[in-house]
Amino acid sequence: MNWKMLLACAATATALTHSAPAFAQEDQGPAAGGPAIYEAAMKGKRVALVPMAMGFDLAQGWAAILKREVEGFGGTFETRDPNWSVEAGAQAITELISSSTKPDVLIVMSPDLNSYAKLMKKAQKEGIYVVLVDNPANFKADAYVGGDWNKLGQMEAEAVIKGCGEKSSKKIGLVQGDQVNATSLYQYAGIMKVLEQHKDFQVVAKPDSNWDATTSRNVTTTMLQQNPDICGIIDFWDGDATGAAAAIREAGKQDQVYLVTTGGGEENATCKNIEAGNFDAVVSTELYNESEAMVAIIKYLLQSGQPPGTASPYIYSLMTTITKENMTPRSCWSLKALQEAAK
Amino acid sequence: MAGLQAAGIFRQGFWSQERIVLGLSALLFLVSAIALPGFAEPANLISIVRSVSVLGLLAVGMAIVIIGRGIDLAAVAIMAMSAAWYLQMLNDGWSEAAAFAIALAAVLAIGLVNGFLIAYADVPAIFATLASGSFVFGFVRSQLITQDAIPVPAGHWLEQLGGVRILDIPAEVFIFGGACFVAYLFLRFTKWGRYVYFMGDNLMAARNIGIPVRPMNMLRYVLSAVIALAAGLLTASSLHSMNTRIVNSTLLYDIILVVVIGGIGLSGGKGGMRNVIGGAILIGIMLNAMTIIDIPNIYQNLIKSTVLLIAIIVDSLLNPRDEQTAQQGDI
Repeated sequence: MNWKMLLACAATATALTHSAPAFAQEDQGPAAGGPAIYEAAMKGKRVALVPMAMGFDLAQGWAAILKREVEGFGGTFETRDPNWSVEAGAQAITELISSSTKPDVLIVMSPDLNSYAKLMKKAQKEGIYVVLVDNPANFKADAYVGGDWNKLGQMEAEAVIKGCGEKSSKKIGLVQGDQVNATSLYQYAGIMKVLEQHKDFQVVAKPDSNWDATTSRNVTTTMLQQNPDICGIIDFWDGDATGAAAAIREAGKQDQVYLVTTGGGEENATCKNIEAGNFDAVVSTELYNESEAMVAIIKYLLQSGQPPGTASPYIYSLMTTITKENMTPRSCWSLKALQEAAK
Repeated sequence: MAGLQAAGIFRQGFWSQERIVLGLSALLFLVSAIALPGFAEPANLISIVRSVSVLGLLAVGMAIVIIGRGIDLAAVAIMAMSAAWYLQMLNDGWSEAAAFAIALAAVLAIGLVNGFLIAYADVPAIFATLASGSFVFGFVRSQLITQDAIPVPAGHWLEQLGGVRILDIPAEVFIFGGACFVAYLFLRFTKWGRYVYFMGDNLMAARNIGIPVRPMNMLRYVLSAVIALAAGLLTASSLHSMNTRIVNSTLLYDIILVVVIGGIGLSGGKGGMRNVIGGAILIGIMLNAMTIIDIPNIYQNLIKSTVLLIAIIVDSLLNPRDEQTAQQGDI
């Protein structure tokens, strides 16, 4: 990029940022200050969260923080719980769009790349800002907030390579989620990208767990028997990695096999499992930062005056690899404490 | 013409489904042992049995229900939710005895309600248990537990149980085996066990000869519910947590798969624990071989369902519906 283009970009960016708030200011007149603009744009606004389910740590964490923040600016916050059913989620979104009290901002955790694309487009047409959280989709959302799953896969691969070490068998196994969820596909791509640069490391098996701990345990048991000298395993989610951990524990290979997984950093799901030696490394999302990024985007969108679908920025969350060595009391967050605070 | 000659040995009686399954298992075992390195190693064989021990345990309960003519579609919900609630109570600081007593009482109550609806209110088993299963899941998930997955508290006996091995064989295998043995004794040698067969064979006749069919119906659903609780605790012991998402999985169909493929007809009155063991072993070998070959999960489901379909077709060819079945209608 040469300096002319840079200048052009900067000019456009300045124009955009200046023109957008101007829209809101027109209503209030130039004399009204920030607090008045803020209140006019935010008060009474509705924010709805439709995750894949409300029953797991990340969704409950987002909900607790969003509730506090949205109610803090005088809006209303509600959630829908599809309980892992794609149909129930689609129904919830449809119902939200057509209800008389339709939300101003809809936050969706998409179960796969395509299922909700059409519905979310419809929501934007109805004037609802749509924010995708944690799971990407083939759709021009008003923002994507969450992990870069390809990068996450790369971090997992780096962790397992480091965990295995140079003197190991250099054989690793993957316990994938499934073959439709973007988080699983991108994670796999990221892992493979790193392994291409480490040709001496080899993936000996890559079964699916279907995100189920019992299946994860069974496939890991088989994997360890077929390849007794495996030095590391990457399981694609801490929700089912307890199964892989059980298989490793039962095979008596806790010292030999380095287990890497990913999760939301909740203390019971992540830190306690690292402490107990079940997981060796967890590539974790920083929940507070991720949720606050969502809040910032909501606040921006509601004041921007731009029609839904105008821009589609990616707000990738910072991820960290937590291990026993670098773990501190602040590495994880407590769902219990968060829920107590939200009461 | 070879087909016609082969059809000759398909006379009723000799080629029972049980023998077909045993033959199929043996064949699959041989092929896998030759083609897949590491398959026939003792450790892998143990893990095959272990991987189906929870499934098999649930199938023991389901078999008792199906033999007496019925079906329990609430089994997986009861298994997951009772164990999850038990763990939730422990995590909330309840005493071991109180938590266990409450969980057990709840499970007994669900079994009794299922049995009551079916025996006294004449609700078809398939609807009664479908509804009660959804109710159990919904109620426990929304009212009693805070998350999908509830961890086992550190140092709890369930944690220890998961690591117990006798002669290098995991405890789960013995629990599955023990449950099969006890159920076998119950079905073969007790009065009530024989009643189960009579009722499955012909409910009206059983009633006419004075068998207390209604209380017996309730007993079967109570047994199934208690076995489901045991299966839930066993799952928790090996995973150190209970994930209630399992209710949405294909586990329920896998249980029916084991029972039906083992040769216990859905019309009731026949089969026993041998069939459960046979069915469980066949499924175990199949899943293990497919994992070794690295077949993706969706194809595994496809293969499993195809096998179930074939088993049902073979079952209806070998054991045609007779007048009696037609009169009683289906479950």
